[in-house]
Formats: sequence, structure tokens, C-alpha cells
Amino acid sequence: MIGLFWAIVGRDLRLALRHGADTMGAILFFIVTATLFPLALGPSPELLRHMAPGIIWVCALLAALLPLDRLFGAELEDGSLDQLLLLGVPASLVVLAKITAHWLTTGIPLLLAAVPLATMLGLPASALPVLLTGLFLGSVVLSLIGGMGASIVLGARRGGVLLPLLTLPLATPALIFGAAAIDAASTGLPWQPDLELLAAFVAGALPLCPLAAGAGLRAAAE
Amino acid sequence: MLLTGPNGAGKSTLLRVLAGLRKPDSGQLLWHGESVFADRAAHACKVAYLGHQDALKPGLTVTENLALFARAGQGNMQAALEAMDLLPLANLPARLLSAGQKRRTALARILLANAPLWLLDEPSLGLDANAITLLGQALTAHRQQGGLVIATTHVPLPLENVQPLTLPGASDSSASPFYQQEDDA
Repeated sequence: MIGLFWAIVGRDLRLALRHGADTMGAILFFIVTATLFPLALGPSPELLRHMAPGIIWVCALLAALLPLDRLFGAELEDGSLDQLLLLGVPASLVVLAKITAHWLTTGIPLLLAAVPLATMLGLPASALPVLLTGLFLGSVVLSLIGGMGASIVLGARRGGVLLPLLTLPLATPALIFGAAAIDAASTGLPWQPDLELLAAFVAGALPLCPLAAGAGLRAAAE
Repeated sequence: MLLTGPNGAGKSTLLRVLAGLRKPDSGQLLWHGESVFADRAAHACKVAYLGHQDALKPGLTVTENLALFARAGQGNMQAALEAMDLLPLANLPARLLSAGQKRRTALARILLANAPLWLLDEPSLGLDANAITLLGQALTAHRQQGGLVIATTHVPLPLENVQPLTLPGASDSSASPFYQQEDDA
């Protein structure tokens, strides 16, 4: 069963590699939207440094949403969803595998792209480890909640519009704690409690989201 | 068993119910006296399902498309490719295949599943005469090993000793008694 889990992850990674444009799209979106802020707000280093945590987190949140629409949508359209559900593993494990693949192809690249963006916005180097740890946990939450949202709206006529409306409110706790941790770190306050709350959020979402998403997939296949 | 009937009679829906993908509107589905929906994952291991769509990823090669399912069913990839005459195409991306070649790839996935019950929704769709012969051979071999095949079709399949089941048309489908299906294969 674990072997099949990794086989699904491997298949999705291979697909992401073959359709590189889809994968790169989210990362480029992240970089482009984050660079729009200095242009709109003006080049004041003080202002940008102050807003950097919020900018990076909001942009990462929106960028992670982009590939979610196709995460299960493509599988439903070409009939692969039926075959995945008939693999003989629970639907929630199929979902968890696809969410893992989404995190590896979207979450990790976002993490890497956040470093140059943080430097560009003038975030102090001392806050970088906190930013990366927070985004690491945050991207896991986004993939889990996003995967759940994507499976719930699967098959709905305007699913693409519904998905952000369903996912973004659920992801706000991650946004609040993640951005607050960076803020605390750059002003020299203790940042550990924020990250611990974020980690607690991951611990809660990890078992619950795949269960809900598995039920969503079953309903979509009917 | 051959399922026939006019368009919209519910042949595909019946196959999806039998596969455990869809819950029946009424009645229950039993396998050896146990409800299929109590443990769908366990039932999925006993079933190989071929839908209307071939479920192939255009970016992956034939072998890559099938690899996951070969792993799930512990099937022999070489034998399955050979049975469907796909060996020369094994490393071609699925987007380059013709409709019939895609259908043969989807049929190879059925062979890889190593499942006792085959549920085939119009398996001969898009196949040429030669491929239909291959399909017939695969079906015969499966039945000789004690396997069960339930297929919907609009054209005759090269099969002997089949049990036909004709679903009534849409107008009187409310009276359809086929929701309760018991299998003692």
C-alpha cells in the first residue's frame, strides 16, 4: 500500500515534469505578483521591509491555488479518477499522494523562490530562517486544505471560481501565524509560539483533510 | 455476460455500480454475501474496469501510463503489452496514439489488474478487426482461468457461451429489476 502511494506520487511528479509550463506558472505568478508591490507602493525600504512578510505570504497563498484546479480536474476529465479509485487503496490515500505531489511541485519551489523575494523586499537576514520554516509548514497546510477544497468542488460547473472562495478563508490561520512569526523575528520578539501554532495546524490538517477529500473524490466519481 | 440495450438504458451505470464506483439508488450489491460498499478498496482489487474513456495521460508513454496499474495488480507488463500487440508502441507518448491504439492500451490495463471480474464498457470501441481478435483471445483466456466478464456492447464480440442480458429502454427503466446483483463466481 505504501509502495502504491509512492507510485502515485512518482506518476504525478513525472506528469509535472512533462508539463513543466503548468508547474512553472505558479512560481512565476508568485515572483511577478510579489514584485508588483514595490512598484505600486513606492520604493521606500522601510515600508517594504515592514510589509514583506504579508506580501510574501499572500502571494504564496494565491500562487499555491493556481495548480489546484487541475489537481483532480484533469483526472476526472480523462477517466483516470475511476482507475485511481479502483487501485485497491483507500480514496484518502490516493488524495494524500496527490497532495504530496502538489506540495513537492508547488510548495518546495515557492519556498526556494521566497528567498530572493525576501531579500528584494529588504527583509533582515536574521528573519530568513523563520520565514522559510513558516512557509515550509504553511505550504503543507495550503496543499492539504487546497487538496480538500479541490476535491469538494470537483465536478461542480464553476469549480474554478468556487475553489478560492472555499480554500482562502480556511487558510487564514496559517497566514496570520506565518506572517506574525516573521514580524516577531524581524523586531526581535519571540517567534516560536506562532510557528508552534502553525505546526499544530499542520498536525490537525494532515489526518483530517485527506479523509474529507477522499469522500469528495468518491462523491465526484458517482 | 453481455449487456445490451438501447442508448440510455443504464448499461454503463450498472457497470459503475458493479465496480463499486457508484452506490445503487436502491437495493444492495453483494460479493460472496458481503456488501461491496463496506470495504470498497478490497472490492476494487477484485475488479478491472474499462470505462468509456481510455484514462491515458497524453504526456506519458504507454509503459509509463500502465506502470502504476502493473504495480497495483502485480501484472506482467511484457505479457500484457504482447497480448494487445503494443510492444512496438511501448515507448511512444500516448498523445501520438490513434483511438484504437489507445483503446488497446486501456485493455492492457485490464490484463494487468489480475482481477477475477472484468467490467468492460464497449471494449471494442475503435478497434480494428485484428485487435478485436486479440480482445477475443484475451477474453477467452480470462474465462478459461475461471474469470468473469461483464461487457456492454453494440456490436457482436468474438465470444462463445455468453449469457445475454438486455436492459429495457429509458421509457420503462423505472421497472428495471437489475439493481440487486448477486455474484457467486
